[in-house]
Amino acid sequence: MQFLNPDSLILGAGGFFAGDILFQLLAFIVLLFLLRKYAWGPLMGIMKKREEHITNEINEAETSRKEAQAYLNEQTKALKEARKEAQTLIESAKKQGEQQGESILQAAREEAVRMKEAALSEIEREKEQAVQTLRNEVATLSVQIASKVIAKELDEKSQEKLVDDYLKEVGESR
Amino acid sequence: MNHEAPTFHLFGLAFNTSNVMMITIASIIVFIIAVLGSRSLQMRPTGMQNFMEWLVDFVKGIINSTMDWKTGGRFLTLGLTIIMYIFVSNMLGLPFAIAIDHELWWKSPTADPTITLTLAIMVVVLTHFYAIKVKGAKSYGSDFFKPMKFMFPLKIIEEFANTLTLGLRLYGNIYAGEVLLALLAGAGAAGIFSGILTFVPMLVWQGFSVFVGTIQAFIFTMLTMVYMAHKVSDEH
Repeated sequence: MQFLNPDSLILGAGGFFAGDILFQLLAFIVLLFLLRKYAWGPLMGIMKKREEHITNEINEAETSRKEAQAYLNEQTKALKEARKEAQTLIESAKKQGEQQGESILQAAREEAVRMKEAALSEIEREKEQAVQTLRNEVATLSVQIASKVIAKELDEKSQEKLVDDYLKEVGESR
Repeated sequence: MNHEAPTFHLFGLAFNTSNVMMITIASIIVFIIAVLGSRSLQMRPTGMQNFMEWLVDFVKGIINSTMDWKTGGRFLTLGLTIIMYIFVSNMLGLPFAIAIDHELWWKSPTADPTITLTLAIMVVVLTHFYAIKVKGAKSYGSDFFKPMKFMFPLKIIEEFANTLTLGLRLYGNIYAGEVLLALLAGAGAAGIFSGILTFVPMLVWQGFSVFVGTIQAFIFTMLTMVYMAHKVSDEH
């Protein structure tokens, strides 16, 4: 058990050294001031700066978000208005178109009626003319036929009779 | 235990040379780490700056958990320096110890009760100093008689008890860690077989010592702030 012999252990000796106290105090205070000057100061400075930077950024972001929201609202409103306007325009155009169509239709109808009437009167006229012509033709024809028949059939006896009949008729009508 | 301390005398005072050296080394390491971490500061932190800022936020959290920031803000640099210095000091003794001619040179400075008690006394004196500075001498004095007059002796004892526990807790933890490390190292050095046998416990204990050293640095800072809040804050 040689290794358990206290002589072989590497451990600090006891004993009190007043100088250590002073040196430790001095070292710590010097370290404290050096670190404050060269490490903690700048470090905390940059942390603070970053904190402020972040705060600013957040504020800015909030502001721009609000602005964007306002713009959006405006845009939405404008869009709505535009849509409404377009609707009105379309409606009025439709109405106008309808009216125009109606009037065209009306005009066409009237035109048709007028044309129809013109055609009818034309037909009538043509018909009358035709009838007139026919009548004339018939009259001429019948006279010709009659003259032919009369020339062929009228003998003395029947001529006499005819004259008599005629005279009788005249006397009766008197 | 019976390794002797290298000593020298100056102005009629005895100095432990190893302590002086280790305190200096610890302070320099802390300074280098802190300055490296805050050398090229940027709005978008990278690497070491992140670590330093995390540390600042960590100590800020400790302070905020004990007192309000208006009174506690001034202790931020103190807390930062304490936590870094004690952490580095605790770690220094872990990887090795150097003894030359039966004189121990390399160890944790915090494995010495003189050093830890010095730090503890400094902290307690600072609490009294800031109590007077913040609240005024009258309020500071009357605090010793609150809530009852007969509490006065207890309050006095409390101050000494605080100092002792603050210093000895740190010393005890670190010294105990080094004792066990020294035992394991001594056992491991006895032979090849025991060297293999002690390798794993050594590893485990060193890992645990890192943990303990970190925790002790945190506890020391935390208690500093607790005592500070106890003295400085108004509410009781």
